[in-house]
Amino acid sequence: MLNITALLFYVFSGVLLTAALMVVTSRNTVHGVLFLIVAFFNAAGLFILAGAEFLAMILVVVYVGAVAVLFLFVVMMLNIDLGEIRQNIRNYSLIAALVGGVLLAELLLMGIGWHTSPEAFDLTTAPMTALNVSNTQALGNLLYTHYALAFQGAGLILLVAMIGAIVLTLRHREGVRKQKVGDQQARQAKDSLRLVDIPSGSGI
Amino acid sequence: MIISLDHYLIVAALLFVIGSIGIFLNRRNVIVILMSIELLLLAVNINFVAFSQYLGDLTGQVFSLFVLTVAAAEAAIGLAILVVYFRNRGDISVGEAPLMKG
Repeated sequence: MLNITALLFYVFSGVLLTAALMVVTSRNTVHGVLFLIVAFFNAAGLFILAGAEFLAMILVVVYVGAVAVLFLFVVMMLNIDLGEIRQNIRNYSLIAALVGGVLLAELLLMGIGWHTSPEAFDLTTAPMTALNVSNTQALGNLLYTHYALAFQGAGLILLVAMIGAIVLTLRHREGVRKQKVGDQQARQAKDSLRLVDIPSGSGI
Repeated sequence: MIISLDHYLIVAALLFVIGSIGIFLNRRNVIVILMSIELLLLAVNINFVAFSQYLGDLTGQVFSLFVLTVAAAEAAIGLAILVVYFRNRGDISVGEAPLMKG
């Protein structure tokens, strides 16, 4: 009888790999982004099976909610000529198969001759011993104490990325009338207002 | 039943191979290349989480969190560069990218 956990693992990993394959081979880029979202959901399922609930939630929130939607925005914003892109796929399929085969062979070779050192289990820096603490709480305890500096650095990276993206995509258009608040505030009555004393009945 | 480490490693290895094939297969479309890079980083994260569970060490999950942060920043910057590139050239083929040098 097949265990329910094993069944879930095979379903998640099977859908994950299929969706990843569809991402790299799909003709329509929008379909590719949607398959990427499927892949992220299934990876989150794998994370839950491995006991990393917080990372699974972060994967769904950050990747599906932010990164994949960002991809979707850009794909739909840029009007891409797909026919011209697709005609060159044959030229690269041979070298892609070659690189993929070599990489897979290397990974399998490493997988065959690999074993864990017996001392590895004594070298853990943050052992998961306290079982009454949830995964999120344990991660927070670690992140805000031992890894506080790295956490601040991650925040700095995100800040730099945000400023960089804004600076890159901000466009100053020529010939667009915009409100200049400084000029408005600096305007004086004597610069723009002239009082004319007109004698009655003579006209200007 | 807990899934053994080898299962996770095989899935991550296959995902990594798919991601790297995608980079070569879609040389004309930078968006798919960026998505392939996201798949590569996802494979790395699966490895980190699997080893974290196997060794009973939470550090792998912390590092995986940082990998997620850097991946999000990289996607944002990459897409911003892509938008500027498209605005200047009208297509997103990287075959002509050496034009940008100097």
